[in-house]
This record gives sequence, C-alpha cells and structure tokens, in this order.
Amino acid sequence: MKILVCITHVPDTTSKIQFTENNTKFDKNGVQYIIGPYDDYALARAVEIKEQLGASLTVLNVGEAETEPTLRKALAIGADDAIRVNSFPKDSFFVAKQIAAIAKQNGYDLILMGRESIDFNGGMVHGMVGELLGMPSISPVMKLEIEGDKVKMAREIEGGKEYVDAKLPLVAGCQEPIAEWKIPNMRGIMSARTKPLVVVEPTADAVVTDVTSFILPPAKGTVKLVDKDNVGELVRLLKNEAKVL
Amino acid sequence: MSTIMSTITKTSINGGEFLVKETEAKDIFIFEEFTEEQKMMAQACQDFIDTEIHPRSEEIDSMKHPELVPSIFKKAGDLGLLGIAVPEEFGGMGMSFNSSMLIADIIGGAGSFSTTYGAHTGIGTLPILYYGTEDQKSKYLPKLATGEWAACYCLTEPDAGSDANSGKTKATLTEDGKHYLINGQKMWISNAGFADLFIVFAKIENDKNLTAFIVEKGFGGITMNEEEKKMGIKGSSTRQVFFNDCKVPVENMLSDRQNGFKIAVNILNIGRIKLGAGVLGGCRSVASMSVKYAGERKQFGVSINSFGAIKQKLAEMAVRTYACESLCYRAGQDIEDRMDALAAEGMPDAQAKLKALEEFAIEAAIAKVHGSEVLDYVVDQGVQVYGGMGYSADAPMERAYRDARISRIYEGTNEINRMLMVGMLLKRAMKGEINLFEPAMAVSAELTSVPSFETVDTSELFAAEKETIKKLKKVFLMVGGKAAMALADKMESEQEVMMNLADLMIEIYAAESVILRTEKLVGMRGEEACQPQIAMTQVYLFEAVEKIQTAAKEAIAAFTKGDEQKVMLMGLKRYTKADLVNTKELRRQVADYMIEKGKYPFS
Repeated sequence: MKILVCITHVPDTTSKIQFTENNTKFDKNGVQYIIGPYDDYALARAVEIKEQLGASLTVLNVGEAETEPTLRKALAIGADDAIRVNSFPKDSFFVAKQIAAIAKQNGYDLILMGRESIDFNGGMVHGMVGELLGMPSISPVMKLEIEGDKVKMAREIEGGKEYVDAKLPLVAGCQEPIAEWKIPNMRGIMSARTKPLVVVEPTADAVVTDVTSFILPPAKGTVKLVDKDNVGELVRLLKNEAKVL
Repeated sequence: MSTIMSTITKTSINGGEFLVKETEAKDIFIFEEFTEEQKMMAQACQDFIDTEIHPRSEEIDSMKHPELVPSIFKKAGDLGLLGIAVPEEFGGMGMSFNSSMLIADIIGGAGSFSTTYGAHTGIGTLPILYYGTEDQKSKYLPKLATGEWAACYCLTEPDAGSDANSGKTKATLTEDGKHYLINGQKMWISNAGFADLFIVFAKIENDKNLTAFIVEKGFGGITMNEEEKKMGIKGSSTRQVFFNDCKVPVENMLSDRQNGFKIAVNILNIGRIKLGAGVLGGCRSVASMSVKYAGERKQFGVSINSFGAIKQKLAEMAVRTYACESLCYRAGQDIEDRMDALAAEGMPDAQAKLKALEEFAIEAAIAKVHGSEVLDYVVDQGVQVYGGMGYSADAPMERAYRDARISRIYEGTNEINRMLMVGMLLKRAMKGEINLFEPAMAVSAELTSVPSFETVDTSELFAAEKETIKKLKKVFLMVGGKAAMALADKMESEQEVMMNLADLMIEIYAAESVILRTEKLVGMRGEEACQPQIAMTQVYLFEAVEKIQTAAKEAIAAFTKGDEQKVMLMGLKRYTKADLVNTKELRRQVADYMIEKGKYPFS
C-alpha cells in the first residue's frame, strides 16, 4: 500500500500573530513553526498503519525551502520519503492542484491530511484533492481502520458520530483521536538525515483567490460588572455597547 | 555551520588555561550553532517533558503510584533518551558530547525526573561505558541504553559523603575465589527504589582505596529503607541500600582493584559538567513562567511587568542563564574536540573520552558551581515575581524552588568543588601542565612598575570588555600567585581563601564566555539583531567585576599586611577599573525584549 500524508508548516499555537506591508503579509519574524496539529494526527495514524500492515509512507508539503525542517521532522516520526513542492502555498486550490498532480504521478492508495490547517483554516484541500482525483473524500475522520480494500471510518457530525465505509483509494481529512501524536525518537531523528527529500517545481499556477488584507481580532476588553439589582443598565450595555441585542 | 567550521582552524586550549590565555570568539562553540538535527532532538525531548512529565508533576512527586516513574522512564528509553552517550554498537545513539549536554539541559526542566535521568544515564551507566570490559559492556549497556534496566550509583555512606574514600563497605573474596561478598550500607542512592543494576563501591579486605563492582539486583542480599523524605525532587527515588552478603561474581569487578576512587572522581567530573547544563532547562522554564506571570498579574491598575523592580528581576534571570549557557557549551565543545583529537591519534574510545574529561575537570567544576548557583538565584527570583503565589504550592514556583536546592549539594558540594578547582589548578601548575608561574611573575613585576597610560581603541565591539577580562585574569594571577607563596602548604587549611580564588576563576570563565558568545553571535546575525545579548554581556561583566573585587579583597586581607597589602590593593584597583555602565537601562532593555517575546528568548 502507498500512503501519502500532506503536511502543513504552520506557526506554533503560542506564536504572536502580526502582519506587515499594510496588513497583507504575515510577519514571520521570531515565529516558530510546527507540523500542523491535525496533519500530525494524520501522520501518526499513517505510521501506525505502516507498522501494522506494511506500507510505503510519503510526506508532502507545498512550501518554500524554509519548510524542510518540518518535513524532516515528519521523516523522523516515521515517513520513508518526502516531497516538497517548491512554492509558497498561495491558496487552497493551488495546494490541492499540486497534491493532485503528485498523486496522479505516483498513484497513492490512501491520502491523509489534517481536517484543516491551523494558519488559514480553510479546511477545503482534502475535498478539492478528492474531486481532482475522482476519489471519495471524507472529513473530519476521527477513526480509520483498513480491512482489505475497505476502509472503516468514524466522522464527527453535529451532536454525534457517523460511521462511513469506503473503498481505497480515498482521501481523508483527519482529527483527534484518530491516533496519538508521536514524538520522534532519537534514532528516527538521526535516520531522517539519510531519507530522501525530493524538491519538485509546482505545476502551472492555479491561484483563484487573492488576499487583500488581514485584520487581527480586537484586543480582549476589560470585564464590566453590573450590579444584580441594575438589570436596566445591563440591557443598556448589551444594546448600545456590545450591540448584541 | 559545518562549512564555516571547516574553513576556520580552531585553536585548542588546555583545561584551566583560560586563566593565562586569550581565546577568540571563533574558537568557542555557542548555543546558536546547534544544527537542525540537534534542535529537533532537543524539541523531541521538550515534547516528551511537556506531555509525559509536566501534566503529572504532582502525581510524580507524591510517590503514591510506584509504577509511574518507572513507566515514564521506560518511555524515555523508547525515545532513545537513555542511550544518548552510549555507542551504537551497544544499543545507544552514540551522540556527540555536546549533544548529550543539550539533552541534559532540556531534561533539566523536568523537575525530579531530571535526577532520575541523570542518575541513570550519568553515574549509573558511564562507569560501565568507560571502565567496563567488552563483556561487561555488551552484557549491560544495551539494557541500560534502552531503559530495560535502571541503574543507580552507590558511593555515599552515612559517614562517607564528601570524603568518599573513607567508606566502610567491604568486599570479601569467597573461599572458592569465584565471588565477592559485599557488606555495608549506602545512603542517598538516587533510583534505588526501582534500580536493576547497582554500581557499588567497596573496599576489598583492608585496601586503602575503593574498588567498584557491577551488582545486579538479582544477586540477592540487597535490602532498602523506605523512601527518604526530601525537601525537593520528591518524585525521585532516594533510599538507603543495605548489602548483606551480596554475592557478586569476580568478573563483575569494574576496572582494577583499588581503582574505584579514581572511577568515582572521573565519573563525577562528567556528572558535574552535565549538571551545569542540567540546570538550564529549569532556568529557562522558570524565567519564561515569570515573564508570563508578570504580564498577567495586575497591581495598581497595570501589569507588574511595567515596574522597574520586576524588570530588573526578569532581566537578571536572563543574564545569568545566558552566562551559564555560554560557559557550559563552550566547555562542552572543548571536551568534545579533545575527545575527537585523542581518538584520532589512535587512543581507544573510552580512554579518549576519560582523558578529555579529566583535562577539563576545572571547567566541569566551574560549570557545576556556576550552574547550580544560577538556578538557585533564578528560582528565588521566580518566587519573588510570583509574590504570594510564589509561596503557594498551587503555583509552579514553590516546587521549582525546592527542587533546585539539591544542585548545590550533590555531585560534590559547591564548597568541595570550589576547593577542587583551585587544588587541581595548582597541581597542574606544579606538574608543569599549565604555565601559571611566568604570567604570575610578570603581574608581580607590573605591580611595582608605572602603570601604562595607553588607551584601548574601543571602536571595535567588546574591545574594552576584552581588555577588562585580560585585567581580571591578572587579578587572579596576582592574588592566586601571592596566596600560593604566602600560604604554601597551609593553603588547604585556608579554605576561605580557596573559595575566594575559586570565585575569581568562575567569574572570569563565565564573563569571558559571555563576551565571546555574543561576539560570535554578532558575527552571525549582525549587531542590530543582537542588542539584548550585547546588553546582557555588559551587565554580566559589570557584575563579574564587582564579585571579583570583593572576593579578591577578602583573600588579600586574609594573608597580607602592611605595604604588601597596599601594593596588592592598588593592583586590584588598577585591574578592576572598568567603565561604568548603566545597568538599569541595560536590564530594562533585556526585560522589554523578554516581555515582547513572552519568554526567555535567547536559546
């Protein structure tokens, strides 16, 4: 079986988010990057499948050279090889196109990724990849078992769970508790150095969106305490200041 | 980095020689030079602590679940963290010395588990790695490197602590000559509660010196007292161990008969430098938590991080931590380079490692003393920043404060280490391994000559600071040289003077390391990007000069009188003259940077 896990390279969740160039560019200065947490779950499940059933496991990232440490961490965790599509990930469709192009070339049985990245949180790439490849795409998958060519999955839905069966090949957007995050072991880290990391150029530019600007959410305000006997004041504040009534 | 390193020829320095030789920035290793792979290892280690240890700190310290620490220990083994220094042929990772320092550094933030870790990987495993026969190594090291077995180190006895060689534990050969029967009592044994393997020091018959043995728990005759109730590191197992006719096969003697004391001393050398690095994880996490807390805590309507009194504390935590990092990784790389050089000359691996560690025993003692005192300072200020919450067992500072205190005691008390570093230096000078005599004579001659009025060109970064370091070295040569002459054989009984001399050594090494690190960093990143580091360097040097002045004065007063004393005090004044820096502004600059980054942001 051939598994592809798509990895995003995202700011650590504790990073301070700032923008430059008139709020059009994310300020990378001093930001530490990690494997997207949902992608990390997908990777952990892929490593388990590889250990249980035997599989070749490739990780892929669409990003510039600076994302290689993130890919190498994925290799340390247990992937066999890595592919970096050498381009800034311009938007979801662009990324999906790149993944689909690689997948068409290499023919994977199972394509896993996080339900969404944690930088732009589009949550669209798995669906687009499925569409581009003509494969079923299921998300958010919290359980995934393979039996022969059948895949048994559990999806989170509003107020409950949905059990889905599908046949390989397929695309899945994963989330916890599909597997437990894996910390790379020292031997894995040392062997990551010698595993192949191939850089390929992107296919034709397929950008369909253009970010005009970003705005940060307003800073958290102070708490206003209203005396319990003064309901009128509370209503006034909710109406005029919070503007929720 | 590797390309830079390969094109620059490094000048090597011998242990203790920093007192008489100048070192260039290019010749030291700095934290910022760790490779992507080493950083990934450090991060993996941090992730392990954050997921397996921090959420359970209280449960670990309660010792209510005896299986908990061994299970975390096994997980550390699965990640390969227990075999960092063990060669690959024996199931370990065979990582470089400075990489193992880095791992010890990160694990240092794990509270009591860092003692469990250090006892196993350091004093528990290394005696076999460095002194074991091939059979002993292949039999035991793979088990220890993977965490299948846990190890402990049984040296201290109720009446033999700092004076370790006075131990009373006996080993007697059985009539058939096949076993030794070990009898005695050992105390303060870390990991004893769940150890499978004991490195035991005992005297055979009426030997003068100790002999070391590898003892498996299964040999029988081993019993233990309850867990000790300790001030800190409560989750680390510490018990008294009794050996009662414990039957050890003769082939389990480690190294030669009566070589045990030497093993103990050499293994402690490594333990010391690792402990120097091992405080860093704790320092960083306490400093970072303090930065966060000071941002969240509001008084008088504003965050307390806006107050100068708090900024002073935050900055000072950073300054000292940065200094400790600078000296530990500088010494670590010097040791690693020496190990490699000796091995390249054809010396067997274990022997090369031991020799290199022995060479830098002075620096190892400095790292231990400096590190443990920096940690103590940092946790103390951490409690203070937290105020009332700092004193509460519900907030993290209380535990950090208690856990830190042991570092000044174990691996040789800081007092023993201070005396050791002076003693070792004098011994090396006597043996001609380091030329202290001529530089000391030159300083002595300079004292009675007209001072030079040459001014230093200060246009280059750190030119003035380096000049100050040169002069501080003269302070040491002046005071140390005079003390050696005036006190001669009595030196050892004048422990106060020895401790003063040790303080001079520590501060000179630390201040020089800080300057060289920042200089190298500026070379890598440019002056603009290194402003907070430059500020920290200036603050550290200012403080080092003040400490050196005090220690030198105390020493001078202890063994000189009259004109001689006057000449020395004048010399001291001359050699500690440095431009006054505005430490208030510099510390504010450092603190503001920390507040902006929300943590200790320098490594």
